Amino acid sequence: MAKITMREAISQALMEEMDRDPAVFIMGEEVGVWGGTYAVTKGFYDKYGPDRIKDTPIAENAIIGGAIGAAMVGQRPVAELMTINFGFSAMDYIINQAPKLHYMFGGQFKVPMVIRAVGGGGRQLGATHSQTPDAIFAHFPGLKVVSPGTPEDAKGLLKSAIRSDDPVLFIEHATMYQVRGEVPEGEYTIPIGKSKVQREGSDATIVTYCKGLELSMKAADELASQGINVEVVDLRTLRPLDMEPIIESFKKTNRAVVVEEGWKSYGVGSEIVSRIYEQAFDYVDAPIIRVAQKEVPLPYNRTLEQAALPQVADIVSAVKEVLK
Amino acid sequence: MKKEQQLDLYHQMVLIRRVEERGAELYQAGKIGGFMHLYIGQEAVSTGLIAAREERDRVITAYRDHGVAINCGISADAVMAELLGKATGMSKGKGGSMHMADTSKNMWGGHAIVGGHLPIAAGLAIGDQYAKNDNITICMFGDGATNIGYFHEALNLAKTWGLRVLWVCENNQYGMGTSVERASAVDDIRQKAEGYGMKNAEVDGMDVMKVYEATKEALEFIRKEGQPFFLEIDTYRFRGHSMGDPERYRKAEEVKKWQENDPIGIFNKYLLDKKIATRKALDEIEARVEEEVIKAVEFAENSPEPAPEELFTDIYADTEN
Repeated sequence: MAKITMREAISQALMEEMDRDPAVFIMGEEVGVWGGTYAVTKGFYDKYGPDRIKDTPIAENAIIGGAIGAAMVGQRPVAELMTINFGFSAMDYIINQAPKLHYMFGGQFKVPMVIRAVGGGGRQLGATHSQTPDAIFAHFPGLKVVSPGTPEDAKGLLKSAIRSDDPVLFIEHATMYQVRGEVPEGEYTIPIGKSKVQREGSDATIVTYCKGLELSMKAADELASQGINVEVVDLRTLRPLDMEPIIESFKKTNRAVVVEEGWKSYGVGSEIVSRIYEQAFDYVDAPIIRVAQKEVPLPYNRTLEQAALPQVADIVSAVKEVLK
Repeated sequence: MKKEQQLDLYHQMVLIRRVEERGAELYQAGKIGGFMHLYIGQEAVSTGLIAAREERDRVITAYRDHGVAINCGISADAVMAELLGKATGMSKGKGGSMHMADTSKNMWGGHAIVGGHLPIAAGLAIGDQYAKNDNITICMFGDGATNIGYFHEALNLAKTWGLRVLWVCENNQYGMGTSVERASAVDDIRQKAEGYGMKNAEVDGMDVMKVYEATKEALEFIRKEGQPFFLEIDTYRFRGHSMGDPERYRKAEEVKKWQENDPIGIFNKYLLDKKIATRKALDEIEARVEEEVIKAVEFAENSPEPAPEELFTDIYADTEN
């Protein structure tokens, strides 16, 4: 096992898939000559050239719409949204075209496209550039929504996403590119649509994903030092959602906290909590608590921004609350 | 063009007209649901356009797509079955009037969001450019679509990247009930292509042979130069925007004036005047169409509804996850 950063993991996945399949190409704003605004595609332009690393105009409809069309005729484009917030400009393509084309035309069209998008707050980018709108995208049948929390998962899931015949929105977190983690040597993929227990425990279950995983693992360490052992289940894929490890864990612990960076209202946590109540009501020993972002547009000021974002301390106190 | 092909075009135009007239009746009878937009009056446009393509050239259009489907070689049976939402429609009854497609005929849909298919058309061409072939994508849209952002992003990208797309604006004078002058900064829509440095032309869309010739030239340019081309085709829809159109926005005299320029009548006269066909031959074609339409309606009405389990098929293409 090698220890690499999230950035390296994503880069490796892209490069390995480009080497494996000539139908894979990348298109987006500043992916080529610039090397990617988060440096994920640094060096790609020199290695693969302009045909396979396509710098686009700042035109999200052309980027995502164009990628859909190319995918329909058999290519495997990886379209990059510089931030997921810019995806709102291309909402028609992400939620109203790509997820519908296969179904609406009776299975005639396939859209094997990946949209890589950077989301999340914590970098003082202000309200329009810092959102975690994952739940919006996960609302739509036909789209697959993946959001990994470790380099190992990022690499394996991105490779699966590129090989998928369906449109996949692959959401990365702006503050996690330097996160390091063990990654298996050599070729591997991780299936889309499988949640995973990232830490075992018996006192309570934390359900989370992406940035929430990083925070929850820290909270779990802190709780362990106080004699509380939590199990952490990582969604990894928001749609299709795999509840099995969550329900299994909950039946063991009977108590749960759900952690996400997005807003609480109508969020991912709302969905998870509902499903636990639907599927394991008899096992509920305490009301399930959601830890999420405060219901405000994210402010620029660092102190205010951090006050709005979920913190490790919030998770620790939520777990203690469900254990009361 | 050879005589046989000209007669075939005449057949296609009459077939579109009769399929849609019958479709309108079935809609009124409640057998067709949703929105239905008739192509009546505009038949020469797609007939001429598609006659000029090579088989490998792709066609993508908006929601006024029944005629385009027929011109691409989709049978009247399949069109009628899709209109009736039957399992034998090309989209298995899941798409309806606005979503006709058949990839085996290189017909890439019927798309229902105004302008939404233009970036997708650019994408089809990106795929072909990436595959290093010289296929052309013929992308049809109405005048109304030229005012939306998608149009501008798609044209800009096509010109910047040298995509082989024939952009076809079917200027039927109205975007729903709003006339071109009330919605577009320029009446002469191809000026917008000028703004992107894109070669362009304008042609009379009521004359199928003129459309055909203009398209031939445009396709030749695109194939050779590896550049997009913008063709504005002037036409008129004789019916409302969709079946539920009160038509308060235009005068009966205006409609009547255009109807005197019926594209089928113009072509009929052309074929007779040039002695390409006898009146008897054209009558025979019309009689054949009547039979085809009767058969198509029978086929559609006798076709099964989609099976209940079809509700959950084709959500994803992957067989697992």
